[in-house]
Amino acid sequence: MIYLQLFLSFLQVGMFSVGGGYAAIPLIQEQVVSGHAWLTMGEFTDLVTLAEMTPGPIAVNSATFVGIRIAGPLGALIATLGCITPSLFIVSLLAYIYYRYKSVSVLQSILSSLRPAVVALIAGAGLSILKQVAFPGNSFVLSSVNWIGVLIFAAAFVALRKFKTNPILTMLCCGAANLVIGLLLR
Amino acid sequence: MNQRASLNTLWKLFLSTLYISTFTFGGGFVIVTFMKQKFVDELHWLEEDEMLDFAALAQSSPGAIAVNAAILVGWRVGGLLGMIVSVIGTILPPMLILSVISFFYAAFAANPYVALALKGMQAGVAAVILDVVCSLGGNVIKQHRPIYLLIMLLAFLANVVFKVNVILIILICALIGILMEVLHHSQTKGDSV
Repeated sequence: MIYLQLFLSFLQVGMFSVGGGYAAIPLIQEQVVSGHAWLTMGEFTDLVTLAEMTPGPIAVNSATFVGIRIAGPLGALIATLGCITPSLFIVSLLAYIYYRYKSVSVLQSILSSLRPAVVALIAGAGLSILKQVAFPGNSFVLSSVNWIGVLIFAAAFVALRKFKTNPILTMLCCGAANLVIGLLLR
Repeated sequence: MNQRASLNTLWKLFLSTLYISTFTFGGGFVIVTFMKQKFVDELHWLEEDEMLDFAALAQSSPGAIAVNAAILVGWRVGGLLGMIVSVIGTILPPMLILSVISFFYAAFAANPYVALALKGMQAGVAAVILDVVCSLGGNVIKQHRPIYLLIMLLAFLANVVFKVNVILIILICALIGILMEVLHHSQTKGDSV
């Protein structure tokens, strides 16, 4: 039952991603690429790229994209409902506790332990996308390295770190740079 | 605002969340800023402190920050109905946009020029994600708490080298957080006796 699988997969994404957009990426990758093989790593990387450039939470964007490709518009709706269902219950409950007690120290402690782990998980997801860029054919030998991609990555990374360039603008420039270089080398 | 908001208020809430969600690029915190402008400064539905607490709650809860913030604002403005209205307003724009993109994706990605541009943007997105990782990781290091560094290192090894399930890693770290809170409590109690 594909609808149930979609719902349950994105329910897990919604339930276990804490700390916003980037934290959801490793979870979505696990469900969609490694768990169910609904998307290839290449398609998933495209999805993250497109989701970065469009408005809205990456979890909702992914749920819609994956849902529609696997099971049409109804699939998109069910996957999206899956990823917001945990929020509906947990946030409502937290709002109640917040107005009641105004302090949640156990929650604070859980969060401080989760934060470093989430950083590590985002790093893992970022590295697998970088791997996709550097070794597009999935053969990990030096001769198959996409040097242009690596160079563009390095330039973008320096621009973001040193000059705090706008992320979406930086990504668009990377796309333009690769297009121009690709056409020149043809 | 009372629990039974008028139809007019609900409609305004729906339009506001729809508008904010359509034009918010890049991350949950951006949407919280827009919500503050709309609901605190313009419509005076919320107090500023309340909105800041909402931002903290939205970020600490599981799920997308934008959806979580919409739930909180919706409850506050119009009760259960308000929550439903503001969540629908928030998820409708990304759902519509991504639906359109996914319909054209196959033709889109097969075009050689688009494929070249997408490949370049993939390099860019890797840079954006790893830039965020450097900033977040730097904040963890600045805390000077060895336990958090250890958690970060072990979670990285478990994820990247040993391919441990992501949800399992999160659950174990949450458990560590609970244990630390319990230990902290028993210690402070021990000191005061």
